[in-house]
Amino acid sequence: MSDNHVYLDYSATTYIKPEVLAAMRPYLDTYFGNPSSIYALARITEQAIGQSREQVAAALNAAKNEIYFTGGGSEADNWALKGVAFANKQWGNHIITTKIEHHAILHTCEFLAQHGFEITYLPVDSEGLVDVDSLRQAITAKTILVSIMFANNEIGTIQPIAAIGKLCREKGIYFHTDAVQAVGHVPIDVQAMNIDLLSLAGHKFYGPKGVGALYIRKGVKIDNLIHGGGQERGKRAGTENIAGIVGLGQALELATTDIETENQRLTRLRDKLIAGLTAIPHSRLNGPVGAKRLPGNVNVCFRFIEGESMLLLLDSVGVSASSGSACTAGSLEPSHVLLAIGLTHEIAHGSLRLTLGAGTTEQDVDYVLEVLPGIVRKLRNMSPLWKEFLNKGGTKL
Amino acid sequence: MNYSAKVMDHFMNPRNVGEISDADGIGEVGNPVCGDIMKIYLKIDDNRIQDVKFNTFGCGSAIASSSMATELIKGKTLEEAWELSNKAVAEALDGLPPVKMHCSVLAEQAVHKAINNYRIANGLSPWDYKEHGDIHALAPDEQ
Ligand SMILES: Cc1ncc(COP(=O)(O)O)c(C=O)c1O
Repeated sequence: MSDNHVYLDYSATTYIKPEVLAAMRPYLDTYFGNPSSIYALARITEQAIGQSREQVAAALNAAKNEIYFTGGGSEADNWALKGVAFANKQWGNHIITTKIEHHAILHTCEFLAQHGFEITYLPVDSEGLVDVDSLRQAITAKTILVSIMFANNEIGTIQPIAAIGKLCREKGIYFHTDAVQAVGHVPIDVQAMNIDLLSLAGHKFYGPKGVGALYIRKGVKIDNLIHGGGQERGKRAGTENIAGIVGLGQALELATTDIETENQRLTRLRDKLIAGLTAIPHSRLNGPVGAKRLPGNVNVCFRFIEGESMLLLLDSVGVSASSGSACTAGSLEPSHVLLAIGLTHEIAHGSLRLTLGAGTTEQDVDYVLEVLPGIVRKLRNMSPLWKEFLNKGGTKL
Repeated sequence: MNYSAKVMDHFMNPRNVGEISDADGIGEVGNPVCGDIMKIYLKIDDNRIQDVKFNTFGCGSAIASSSMATELIKGKTLEEAWELSNKAVAEALDGLPPVKMHCSVLAEQAVHKAINNYRIANGLSPWDYKEHGDIHALAPDEQ
């Protein structure tokens, strides 16, 4: 392990910012009362949860009573899909989503398919964008829900959410968006964008893990997912994760306050990193360029090499990154997102995702650009695919 | 992924990387769709493996398994090298994570293929080799 430590996996999770941790701490030891109780200690925690609910609502331009806290992003996704599907099945059994959703959505859809629902998985173009016209064509009289992610966790594609929301509202179909990667990173207005349900998770914007929220527009018909006590106005049972909820609200308020300056900073670093990495021969950028891409997302494929070996060599020089190769997914298939944008298996195995965040500096970017060409060269020099390519007349580097 | 120190050593400093331009036997297994390809080159003299090199496209354990397999067969007679099993490769690496055991199977197969490639080229009949089934779907007790 080298002395340098360059964390470039902010899309996987973030650290908790000191201000956030400081706001959380009293609710772990001092103000620990169960919010459902009657005494003063409990009222303090109830108020703290209310304040966090306001912070989340303000960040999304929602009303306070439209925010429901959950145990993370996956729970919010599960709740939105199962809750809306089962509560509205008398109107239809058709759900539309995309091929590039997070597994929290895809596996929930597979579960719903086993329970009589029909799922359409919309394709995406080579940049990962959904075509609003093909969504329009996919809608049938039985469609009850459209679920399309705000921004993709692997390749950073930001979908035309306002156009999708407008279409769904015109057709009278509920629109859910998994905004786990977008909240705190791109401006969101659930009213202007006609979003009916939205999932978010604290640990993607410098809040704690294991806490998230589902925005449910007033009037949306949805069943409960977690049954039990009367917390969250009877919609989500379980004694509240007070410190987590406080941290989530605090983190989101912080993130929304400096969203513009931070985005400008990250976009510049991102584009520098992309330019440097794609200058390595036989590489390609996955996902769009410019404003349609998350400010912190870089995803590049290097031909003739495999992702996990790249990650191990990066780790050995202190860089934490991720990949969509099968080996890193612990499965046989490389990332479904990379396959959906049209990459072959062979190329998808050689993907590298670097995601930038609050702790990322220009030196970090320069360091990666300094070490990566050597890593790619080392792996290509032992790759039979590379040798074959050279033998067929490919140009040596 | 938790690799043993041995795996990391053979991954970071792989032994016997390269090709042998006048190889007597070559064995290539795997395919780019699955994400791993191993190619082993043998230089054989007097029924003995005088030199061995490999090229591998794959994850850390695929590279480490190739490196270890080449170390284990170097200097051995063909009969001895034929006995190389995926278990022996994995054990020499102080173990592989269960999902990575197929990498050691690839190494075993590549060696067998290279030896038979030599035998066929020299007018000998190939030795019988029982292929592992779907190497990605080995039952835990096979791993
Ligand atoms: C797009 C997306 N949806 C859902 C999730 C799941 O969130 P969590 O891990 O908080 O359950 C993630 C996080 O990995 C994500 O990136």
